[in-house]
Amino acid sequence: MKIVLNKDTMKIEKEQDVVPFRNRVKEYAVKIGMSLVNQTKLITAASELVRNMLKYANGGVVLIEVISQGRDNGIRLTFQDKGPGIGDIALAMKDGYSSGKSLGIGLPGAKRLVNEFDIKSIVGEGTTVTIIKWKNG
Amino acid sequence: MDRIPILRMGKFLLVTIQIDLYDRLATNLETDLVQMVNKTGAKGVLIDISALSIVDSFMGRILGNIGSMSKIMDAETVVVGMQPAVAITLIELGLELKGVHTALNVERGMDLLMHKIDLTDETVQDEDSTE
Repeated sequence: MKIVLNKDTMKIEKEQDVVPFRNRVKEYAVKIGMSLVNQTKLITAASELVRNMLKYANGGVVLIEVISQGRDNGIRLTFQDKGPGIGDIALAMKDGYSSGKSLGIGLPGAKRLVNEFDIKSIVGEGTTVTIIKWKNG
Repeated sequence: MDRIPILRMGKFLLVTIQIDLYDRLATNLETDLVQMVNKTGAKGVLIDISALSIVDSFMGRILGNIGSMSKIMDAETVVVGMQPAVAITLIELGLELKGVHTALNVERGMDLLMHKIDLTDETVQDEDSTE
């Protein structure tokens, strides 16, 4: 069972919000004693997802939570947007696929960098991506 | 601040990225660098990213673009000082930074650039004496 120890939300509306957001995630990761490599992986994944949110949905809200499960602590990030949604999630998760002009590694790359990854999307309503990085994961 | 300073040193351009880049700053750097290569006729570009705590796919693409654009303009690019955690993350993310050379630190990066330029300059060395 996952217990939420602390939570915080952050609105992402413009590209200038990306760096402060990354810093905020880093603060929480440092606070729970996450290793530098895991911090870097988490922040990079977060950066990819927040960029997607800006690009395809003109922004959204990110929920930052410190969670605990058994003896392990971790960070859970939930990216919620009210964008166009993703029609074919399997395709969007494929390496090298992009509906925009990017490299197409954002979603599959972010998934590889974290311990848990979940994506839900309804066309016309929006997309929610949840990731978890455990301190010792 | 909307620009990263580009220093000129002989045939080289030096860039030290000291802050985490937001997108506008990164794209400005890309165009500024290519223009500087054109204006100065630089043969090498050295980018120090030792202060960058993360490189995501966007930043990776910018570095790759700088490498490819400079190459077309007859200049080599070397990226130096990448932190180990950043290197680990980049590879897991799936980014290989193709098209740019990398070196451990500024000193080795400079050596690499000089070596590259010596090799490509051998045929035109006679003309160099007029400089």
